[in-house]
Amino acid sequence: MDSAGEVLNDGKITLEGFTVAARAFADKWKRHNLSFPSWSWVPLINRTLLKKEECYLSLEKIIILSSLEGSAEEESLGVTADWWEKEESIDHTVLNVEDEAHYYDYHIVYSASYMVPMLYFRGYSSDGKPLSLDVIKRDLPSSSVSLLLESKWTFITQEEHPYLNRPWFKLHPCGTEEWIKLLSESSSSDGCQMPVELYLVSWFSVVGQVVGLRTPLEMLI
Amino acid sequence: MAANEEEAVKYVWEGAIPLQIHLHKSEVASHPPPPPALVLAPRIGYLPLLVHLIKPYFKDSLPPGEDSIWFDYKGLPLKWYIPTGVLFDLLCAEPERPWNLTIHFRGYPSNVLIPCEGEDSIKWNFVNSLKEAAYIINGNCKNVMNMSQSDQEDLWTSVMNGDLDAYTRLSPKIKMENIEDEFSRKASVSSPQSRQGGTEIDVAGQVKTARVPVRLYVRSVSKDFENLEDVPEMDTWDEISYLNRPVEFLRKEGSNFIILKMRCTVLMIFTWLYGKCFTLRDAIESLLPEYIRDRAQTSGEEGEQRTTDASDVSQETRGELKLVRIQGIEMKLEIPFSWVVNNLMNPEFYLHVSVLVKEPQR
Repeated sequence: MDSAGEVLNDGKITLEGFTVAARAFADKWKRHNLSFPSWSWVPLINRTLLKKEECYLSLEKIIILSSLEGSAEEESLGVTADWWEKEESIDHTVLNVEDEAHYYDYHIVYSASYMVPMLYFRGYSSDGKPLSLDVIKRDLPSSSVSLLLESKWTFITQEEHPYLNRPWFKLHPCGTEEWIKLLSESSSSDGCQMPVELYLVSWFSVVGQVVGLRTPLEMLI
Repeated sequence: MAANEEEAVKYVWEGAIPLQIHLHKSEVASHPPPPPALVLAPRIGYLPLLVHLIKPYFKDSLPPGEDSIWFDYKGLPLKWYIPTGVLFDLLCAEPERPWNLTIHFRGYPSNVLIPCEGEDSIKWNFVNSLKEAAYIINGNCKNVMNMSQSDQEDLWTSVMNGDLDAYTRLSPKIKMENIEDEFSRKASVSSPQSRQGGTEIDVAGQVKTARVPVRLYVRSVSKDFENLEDVPEMDTWDEISYLNRPVEFLRKEGSNFIILKMRCTVLMIFTWLYGKCFTLRDAIESLLPEYIRDRAQTSGEEGEQRTTDASDVSQETRGELKLVRIQGIEMKLEIPFSWVVNNLMNPEFYLHVSVLVKEPQR
């Protein structure tokens, strides 16, 4: 059962719920994704004006090797455990001329308007120059790219980060609460509400795939 | 809508700011340099929409190449998706008339500003904000999604042209639920619409929670100031805390009140004598609780707590709301919030509030 009504019946979540869910998500990730950098909880400490719970999850400097020629089909689709091993065996001083290291930052931020989490991300090359959406699309799994093209509404948009005053990319939140609700209903046999600790894990298991970040199955327990 | 409310909305739509726009000196390719452009900018509009008025002044002076237009105020790049009136209220503590801005046709700072591809970008931003507002008020954005393409176009055009009549004709098509206004409820005898709301009504008929779209822009100063012109200038947007968060409040049934109407330049001031009312102050403090209220205090009667008792030590440790501006008006904080929202919101149904606070002493 959820605690204190933090996960609402319609798939939305309160700010308090998000805080609990985010910490649980970061903990589980650390435990089950050992070969991977962990998410950090970034409090907006300079922002003395905001509520103490106002924070976001951050995962930064994830490297995706991108072939300048082909699409992301065979190359680095995402940062799975297998890929991570591959990265370790690469000698960065002898990078292939055709390959280029792209760095990605991911932030999970709570939207008070939509009452769901939102994923912000950005890509940049090794000299810090931001990557355009076209370049980023080539790093995304091909399934996301076709979604982008077919979707009635723009799926990924370039917007200002809610706190950092810089342009980032954001996944469109519309419909989030509907599939969270579906996930919740299908996973519980006795009609119980999704426990708040699993909210972000479930959410990310879907959303992360769009940007090629896989959620280990053990986290979903 | 009562006659006085129509008047307020009309003032909002007619509000404009005189701009004096200078071409950035690095882009002046003619001698002598061109004089500044003088443009009257609608408060509810956006700066890039004025380019067609401004460019003729400078086109002979520009170096060759493609345009990527942006504005700055004293070196601060201006966020084009914030309504012009809000930018002015926020950045000019002491209102500057005309407002001196610099226009650039080159060198877009894409590391700080999201790109603007002309009218389409601004329209997209407007519709997106409208959807977000709809989600907050109605609980979903179906009303906007279900609007026909041509209705959306017409709505946007009415905003672009500052055509309030066209907008008023089209707004029923947006199907945005009413944010219940205690005063119009009193005024309009038994209108069924006023019973609906962005509020939920449970079985007992007690109104529950309303969610109102608000964008709060907070500037803080560390020292007190006598005059607004003493407020230091802003160097970066990091000095502003931007809160895009709905105000939630409980609406009570059956408040009794008496309305006193006093004409005071532009704004009607309403006061009430009986019953409690959710005021603008309540709304702002709900968004800035850590800051404005000392956490150690219990939430007692708001009126009594906020005394200017010099012996009250906690008073000094609290922050202070110095100035609240909406649509260029310096607001009295005791005004009922629902009135403020219904009359002073922007066409995308967002209430933009610029706040100047003094930091708490630590």
